[in-house]
Amino acid sequence: MLELAIGIILGCCALGAGLAMIAGIGPGIGEGNAVAKACEAIGRQPESRSQVTTTMLMGCAVAETTGLYALIIAIFLIFVVPGRFVRLLVENIH
Amino acid sequence: MKGKKTFRAVDIILLSMVFLPILAGIALKVLYVPAPEGIDVTGAFIFFTAELGFASIPITEAQVNSWLVIISVFFLCLYLTHGIRAGVSTRRQLAAEWAVEKCEGLISENMGEHFSGFAPFIAAVMVLSALSSLMSLFGLFPPTSDLNVAAGWAILVFILITYYKMKCGPVNYLKSFAQPVPFLTPLNVISEVATPVSMAFRHFGNILSGTVVSALVAAGLQGLSHALLGWLPGKLGEIPFLQIGLPAVLSVYFDLFSSVLQAFIFAMLTMLYVAGAFDYETYSKRKEKKSNKSVTYGG
Repeated sequence: MLELAIGIILGCCALGAGLAMIAGIGPGIGEGNAVAKACEAIGRQPESRSQVTTTMLMGCAVAETTGLYALIIAIFLIFVVPGRFVRLLVENIH
Repeated sequence: MKGKKTFRAVDIILLSMVFLPILAGIALKVLYVPAPEGIDVTGAFIFFTAELGFASIPITEAQVNSWLVIISVFFLCLYLTHGIRAGVSTRRQLAAEWAVEKCEGLISENMGEHFSGFAPFIAAVMVLSALSSLMSLFGLFPPTSDLNVAAGWAILVFILITYYKMKCGPVNYLKSFAQPVPFLTPLNVISEVATPVSMAFRHFGNILSGTVVSALVAAGLQGLSHALLGWLPGKLGEIPFLQIGLPAVLSVYFDLFSSVLQAFIFAMLTMLYVAGAFDYETYSKRKEKKSNKSVTYGG
């Protein structure tokens, strides 16, 4: 019974982490758009290359935030949460 | 001739003090931190817990390593600026001048003239952040992959933002939450709090994801080389040959590029947020009003 419970916890944490990382789609598309537009801008005005690159990197970093939230949740779900829950379960049973 | 010799000795001492903290960090890690078994992301290792009666403060690897970085940066600055003289251009002096000029240019470009005093702070944040993340190149625990460190810096930035918003008067500060309509106040409060949270998580998440991906790839390659080359006789079969090469390529992105980029982005966001928080027009108007008042009262 305990094994089953631990198995369910571990499996659900892994599933949750996988589902959380679906959020990676958003920043991927967003950053792709940003870089595409930056390329267009550099193609149009090659002399403004450094400024466009700086602004693009900043924009990318900000657009990345939602993906990073998901990543942190996924990392917590994989490395932190199962240990805590399993410990709680074992303590409550004994 | 003799003067020149002592000059050199000082240089050598300063330069060695730049690298000694890193060696000390490696020695501490080798002596005290147990090797991880398999894939294990456990956060910073706790060296010891300081009992202060009312609270117990754990002294972690992240704290120790960030202090080592601080010492290292301190001696790097001393080395670069030692023996600086007007008119004489040694290589070091040019490097130091280049760094200062670049930083001041960045500040005046992004924050305006009013914030020219911010150059040392921004440079300190940038160098500390970059070198903290680059600690992973030496196999040490990068302090920035501990949320506490990144959150501490983000809280510092939040205090600065609030300070510069308060400069236009506490009433104006409170009023700014009810903009553009009072109905949006809760959302404004949330977005105010979201600034340091997102800054901390961005920095922490980027560095931590690099660490995790590197650990996963290293473990995977170890397993793969055991499966493929395990038939080699004796000790030869235990050496993970496939780990040669690929982790280094990943390290160039995750350790070098990502670290420096995140340091730059953190400093850049600090500049933009702080400069954006300060409303110069309202500030000068208020100052004018105040000085007028004091004149009329005084007269």
